[in-house]
Amino acid sequence: MAQVALDNVNKIYPNGFHAIHDLSLEVDDGEFLVLVGPSGCGKSTALRMVAGLEDISGGELRIDDRVVNDVHPKDRDIAMVFQNYALYPHMSVADNIGFALKLAKIPKAEIAERVAKAAQTLDLTEQLDRKPGQLSGGQRQRVAMGRAIVRQPKAFLMDEPLSNLDAKLRVQMRAEIAGLQRDLGVTTLYVTHDQVEAMTMGDRVAVLKRGYLQQVDSPQNLYESPDNVFVAGFIGSPSMNLMNCRLIEHGSGLAVDLDGSLLALPDDTLGRNSALRAFVDKDVVAGIRPEDIEDASIASDAPSDRRIRTSTTLVESLGSEVIVHFPMTVSPFQIMDAEFEGEDAVAPATDDSGNYIYTGRLNPRSTARIGNEIELAVDTSRMHFFNPQDGLALRD
Amino acid sequence: MSTPSTGSRGLGARLYRGLSSVPMWAFALVWLLPSLGLFVNSFRTRDGQRGSGFWRTVPDQFTIENYQTVFEANTVNSLGVSLLNSLAISIPATIIPISIAAFAAYGFAWIDFKGRKWLFIITVSILAIPLQVALIPLLKMYVGGAHLTLPFIGKTLTFIPAWGINGTSTAVWLTHTGFAMPFAIFLLHNYISSLPKDIFESARIDGADHFTIFWRLVLPLSIPVLAAFAIFQFLWTWNDFLIALTMIGSANPDALPTTVAIANLAGDFGRNEHLLPAGAFVQAFVPLVVFFALQRYFVRGLLAGSIKG
Repeated sequence: MAQVALDNVNKIYPNGFHAIHDLSLEVDDGEFLVLVGPSGCGKSTALRMVAGLEDISGGELRIDDRVVNDVHPKDRDIAMVFQNYALYPHMSVADNIGFALKLAKIPKAEIAERVAKAAQTLDLTEQLDRKPGQLSGGQRQRVAMGRAIVRQPKAFLMDEPLSNLDAKLRVQMRAEIAGLQRDLGVTTLYVTHDQVEAMTMGDRVAVLKRGYLQQVDSPQNLYESPDNVFVAGFIGSPSMNLMNCRLIEHGSGLAVDLDGSLLALPDDTLGRNSALRAFVDKDVVAGIRPEDIEDASIASDAPSDRRIRTSTTLVESLGSEVIVHFPMTVSPFQIMDAEFEGEDAVAPATDDSGNYIYTGRLNPRSTARIGNEIELAVDTSRMHFFNPQDGLALRD
Repeated sequence: MSTPSTGSRGLGARLYRGLSSVPMWAFALVWLLPSLGLFVNSFRTRDGQRGSGFWRTVPDQFTIENYQTVFEANTVNSLGVSLLNSLAISIPATIIPISIAAFAAYGFAWIDFKGRKWLFIITVSILAIPLQVALIPLLKMYVGGAHLTLPFIGKTLTFIPAWGINGTSTAVWLTHTGFAMPFAIFLLHNYISSLPKDIFESARIDGADHFTIFWRLVLPLSIPVLAAFAIFQFLWTWNDFLIALTMIGSANPDALPTTVAIANLAGDFGRNEHLLPAGAFVQAFVPLVVFFALQRYFVRGLLAGSIKG
């Protein structure tokens, strides 16, 4: 058990590519920290630097207050689970799990005992004599976990360990790994691109983008109060609707002007968020989570100035909820990144008449049908606001 | 249950399968014909061989006299001794290059060191040097060593002493070893560098150093390519005539391998030419044994289950 700390860690590849910029993170003793971000954000690189598989170009990596920048992987006392398992194909499951112990010159009897115990924990006892080739995907994944837990290391590092499993198995293993980590209480750094995995497994989640740390917080806090538009758009599925709009005065309070249609904000908005005062009559980015949008025929008590009249271009009924796609003339906020503009420039979804498409997540009792007119009620008390210049959240 | 349509499709498929193998059998037969003729002739007397083609053989002419003669120990040309000489050349000439090349290939593939790329290119480009141009210089080196006399001061530096190993099997396998190295490194490198990187990284975190990775992971996983190279190298060295003749030749008839011994069997003016087919089959027997012994190591799917690919 240990604490892992990254202190202004940088990674610059020999070809000049700057993969990680001043990453500072602390994983507390026994904590499950998830690194999440889109592909190419540097999350795997960060993990590999902690493992010792990549050199650290700048900054300091500490495990239990000991600087380990130049310590060989095997002397860091960490265990890693790889995306594609990386099992030793010619060895039995027992030998795979016990390999590290054998190299550490631990007596045979103790190895057998510890392997048997790990196998029991992971329900692999029957498979101990088999080769990896004879195992199913889920079992291989368990063997990879077994290799990690049998060493009783200071920390687990996991690099997208579930991404090769099919959807159902992934959900099951997600719970198993999280449960196992809780039982063992081993400090864990877990990398994934899947925000659902990140939200469900992590004690805390660190969001990375292009090598920059965006925000580290508990899953709930990331969801409730994202620090910037990127985190707002990345966390949550379907992702948050981000609209370029104008904050205006409306009666005694405020409203957002969505290209003509008004959405009134609750009267206490300024009281709760005085940062908005400076943006009255200015452009802001308004963020509305799909789940804060409801069919007005169900949320019938929603005031008329908090409703949007539109139609549906697509209705996805999932049984427990209904996802509606609806067009609006107001343009969505595009995350601009001067350095990577070319790659990021994905045109926003539009309908035939050039309106932009947004999503709402309605109660399953909604009678929304494709192409029909619909009135949507927006819970404006839960709207998020961002500065369109730097993308940072507008809050006190 | 078979409906008419599946029945006819089954028949068509069977017919197709049957017909498609006909050309293969035809080619196999054509390719085997010379060996077959040689095999038949190896059991015929001198007069029989000279009088008619092997296809005219009458079964009651068959004799094992030729095989008895080639094994008779009354001459220096006995194949019994020369088979041992051949083994004394082929075994070290197979094992030593594999051992060295496996280490080198692992180093080139997975150890990061300065100049790795260029060293590898140089090593592989040695493949382009024909063996024949090096024969005489090598022989001279084996006899007299390698020396350099510095100009002006007249001092002579000895890099390799005068071993005088010409006429021994050592000279032959040493030459084979050297010339096998570039190809062995090239072949093993291609295979070893294609092993999944994650396995090695995982092993490093598990506490393995390069040496452990090599012995515990690379060697067991490289068995198919090691077996393939072993077969090629053994066949090549076992069947080699030129190097053995150059390095041993007439210097030491007792050390001659089977290939040269068989050539000598024919005698002056091809007097004993009829012994050659029998000699050839004696010579070919050992490689067949080696091939069938090693071919079971050509296992496919050795990497199955290691990584999801």
